[in-house]
Amino acid sequence: MDRFLFLTLDGVSTGAVYAAFALALVLIWRAARLVNFAQGAMAVATAYVGYAVVSATGSYWLGLGAAVLAGLALGALVERVLMRFVGHANPLGDVIVALGLVLLIQAVLGMVFGNEYRPTAVPFDTDALTVGGIAAMSPYDLWVLGAVVVVVALLALLFTRTSLGLRMRASAFAPEVSRLLGVQVSRMLTVGWALAAAVGALAGMLVVPTGLGLHPHAMDLVFVIAFTAAVVGGLDSPAGAVVGGLLVGLILSYVTGYLGPDTTPLAVLVLLLAVLLVRPGGLFSGPRARHV
Amino acid sequence: MTATRPSEVPTERPPAAPSALRRLLPGAPGSGTVGGSTLLRHLIVAVLAGTAVVLLTNQLPPYQNLQVARVGAFLCVTAGYTVLVGLNGQLSLGHGALMATGAYTVALVQQALADRAVQGRWILPLSLLLAAGVTAAVGLAIGLAAARLRGPYLAGVTLAVATLVPAITTIFTDVFNGEQGLRFPAETPPASLGAYFQPERWLAWVALLAALVTMVLMANLVRSRFGRSLRAVRDDEVAARLAGIPVARTQVLAFVVSAACAGLGGGVYAVLTGTVAPGKFALELSLFLLMAIVIGGLGSLAGAVWGAVLLVALQDLPSLLTETFTLPSGLARRLEGNLALAVFGLTLVVVMLAAPGGLQGAARDLLARLGARRRHPSR
Amino acid sequence: MTAILEVDELSSGYGPVPVLRDVTFEVPTGTVTAILGANGAGKTTLLRTLSGLLRPTTGRVRFDGEDLRGVPVERLVRRGLAHVPEGRGVVAELTVEENLRLGGLWRRDRADARRAQDEVYQLFDPLARRRRHAGHQLSGGERQMLALGRALIARPRLLLLDEPSLGLAPRVSGQIMTLLRQLCDGSGLTVLLVEQNVRSALGIADQGVVMSLGRVVMATPAAQLRDDEQLRHAYLGF
Repeated sequence: MDRFLFLTLDGVSTGAVYAAFALALVLIWRAARLVNFAQGAMAVATAYVGYAVVSATGSYWLGLGAAVLAGLALGALVERVLMRFVGHANPLGDVIVALGLVLLIQAVLGMVFGNEYRPTAVPFDTDALTVGGIAAMSPYDLWVLGAVVVVVALLALLFTRTSLGLRMRASAFAPEVSRLLGVQVSRMLTVGWALAAAVGALAGMLVVPTGLGLHPHAMDLVFVIAFTAAVVGGLDSPAGAVVGGLLVGLILSYVTGYLGPDTTPLAVLVLLLAVLLVRPGGLFSGPRARHV
Repeated sequence: MTATRPSEVPTERPPAAPSALRRLLPGAPGSGTVGGSTLLRHLIVAVLAGTAVVLLTNQLPPYQNLQVARVGAFLCVTAGYTVLVGLNGQLSLGHGALMATGAYTVALVQQALADRAVQGRWILPLSLLLAAGVTAAVGLAIGLAAARLRGPYLAGVTLAVATLVPAITTIFTDVFNGEQGLRFPAETPPASLGAYFQPERWLAWVALLAALVTMVLMANLVRSRFGRSLRAVRDDEVAARLAGIPVARTQVLAFVVSAACAGLGGGVYAVLTGTVAPGKFALELSLFLLMAIVIGGLGSLAGAVWGAVLLVALQDLPSLLTETFTLPSGLARRLEGNLALAVFGLTLVVVMLAAPGGLQGAARDLLARLGARRRHPSR
Repeated sequence: MTAILEVDELSSGYGPVPVLRDVTFEVPTGTVTAILGANGAGKTTLLRTLSGLLRPTTGRVRFDGEDLRGVPVERLVRRGLAHVPEGRGVVAELTVEENLRLGGLWRRDRADARRAQDEVYQLFDPLARRRRHAGHQLSGGERQMLALGRALIARPRLLLLDEPSLGLAPRVSGQIMTLLRQLCDGSGLTVLLVEQNVRSALGIADQGVVMSLGRVVMATPAAQLRDDEQLRHAYLGF
């Protein structure tokens, strides 16, 4: 029972990161109708920037800020320089370009920083606190959870309460009508990419210390898991992404806890297939059918 | 010097290219010929191409022959892969894992037979056939799911498949021996070729034969009724369904065929070294394969040849650099592996943005333009 | 009377096939002009070209005397040209309130944008009662009111309307036509109207522009089209 509780709390904390990462995928899906397969590699690149700043300045918070800023810049850059010019002649074009970007980013990171795992500094203790004799969350887990909650809340405010959010939603739903109403749709697309990449950068900063460390491939599996989380929630729904992230985090925590860490990729595939084949619109899909 | 040769090797292979080119040109002469003579023509081209490469391998040193062999192994994979992605529009990122399936099948079969002291020349073809068969079965499983998925969803699922190889080999470590992988007896040339026959040359021949068989089969498949169904499903599923094409069955079958090719290629790839290990079949392999078919031109079999050649040639790029220029050892180590990755990634992006038709598409445009000029010399 | 919109030898289309060929006409300030013609005559293409969604292959559009070539779609609404597209263009996922806010987001004068929004609610009281409802929950008539109201928030000088009565009950479409006439007479708005329902369009129009196969075949006072049976018969088929 203690173990179950521990795994549950652990699942919530890792699930929060998956939720943030899935949210980044959903943001781009809603804005551009494409799955950004380079999201993981982009997040790793910004995490390298972040932790380079951490080791140069000694301040985790400066590093975190640098990573998020780098995310904003990288997201805008990728949209302006690459994704904008992907032709629509081949419907697979955007996926292929994103995958090329994955290879390129990982190779450049390997050339600049080397292909070794680099340890990362964390601002809080990663040893679990014991509450009433039961191992619960570590202070770092609590920070992760708190950070994700704040980001999700800020995004929700942005989209529902600000005029920028309204412009972004309108551009995503009805680009032509939005242009007729004076909304600069192409700029909104860039903003969407920047925002998504910044959220991805934050998720990267949070997740890297929980794994083996900083490595060009550190987010490969995280990307697949986050994609699964986004699909569980239905790619269109930010709230679904958050719930999906937590759900996938919990399931994977139990699977790894009881069956061993090597089973994670298999569990992810089974979960992904199960959702796509049984409820292709995600667990929270409404009656409106979606083109898968 | 050593590294300039490999890129020359494949260019010695134009016999295969013109036929594939002509076949894929819209409205090319002879496009109305019936199946029998098409098969015959493809066979003749294949025999000619094979003869040319066999003659070539007689002149090459061992390492270059091994590279020819690797091109052959990759060609099996890219030929089937480009049919699936280019002609049927299903983007699989799991072909590296399918190659692994074929490779491990060969290793397990050959190991089991060696353990029982079974010998014979039939072991190689048998194990390769089994590799294709087992992988086709795996492809059937994935294809059944894939037929219900589209675009990014299919890519995501197959990406999850691609990350599975190391996990599976570790979970079933008794069978697959975890990260260490498996070894099996190296393939040796038959005694009839003489005692001093270069083993690498024999490997090149084996790989070449597999590649030619695959190419002939795929070339016929592309021209067949089934090939037209593949394209119809890719272009417009609803229209295809209205035209009486069983869409789901076509998609599943495309996946099975493509998987069988990948399994055969993976099997040959394993035979070249006599070893398999999960590290060789990481996610990058799938992305490399994608790069190969994109740069060659999606859906083009001639493009698959280009792609397989570049895949082998570009992987030697870093060693060429480090040999040509004296680099600091730290930098050299970082470039090792990463440089090829960067070149592949950049190629993928640039080709997709600038020339979505790939090399084969560019060549086709060029030929068409030259042809147009010949027809209208006054212009 | 000056013309707010001058269309000169305009051609455009999708891909290599031209849909509009050398279209020329003028829209006098403060009037209602109805573009009439059969399906496929190029009416919607004309509106899409005027508002910049389609690039003209040749020819010129002058709005208030200024050439619109190279002006991005997003800027036109700032100059006073609003386009309500076919199918009404209500963003179905957004609420009524959000749709209306969207119409005024570009405006610097926030207070006037809010004032305009209140005016729309007064003008169409069904909308005021459904502020929090999403666009897809509205009836066809309510959607048309919302699209029209949202365009009015920009306080345009020229309003392009594509099939405003499509799919509406005759009574509702009649109300909308009457309203357009009132806006024109009351506030000096100019309306360019594409309409399948020729009778109701001619009922409020000052000028009729008849199109056929991408060309303007006639531009004449609406009264003449209303009254001259032969003309009507020849060009409009009734």
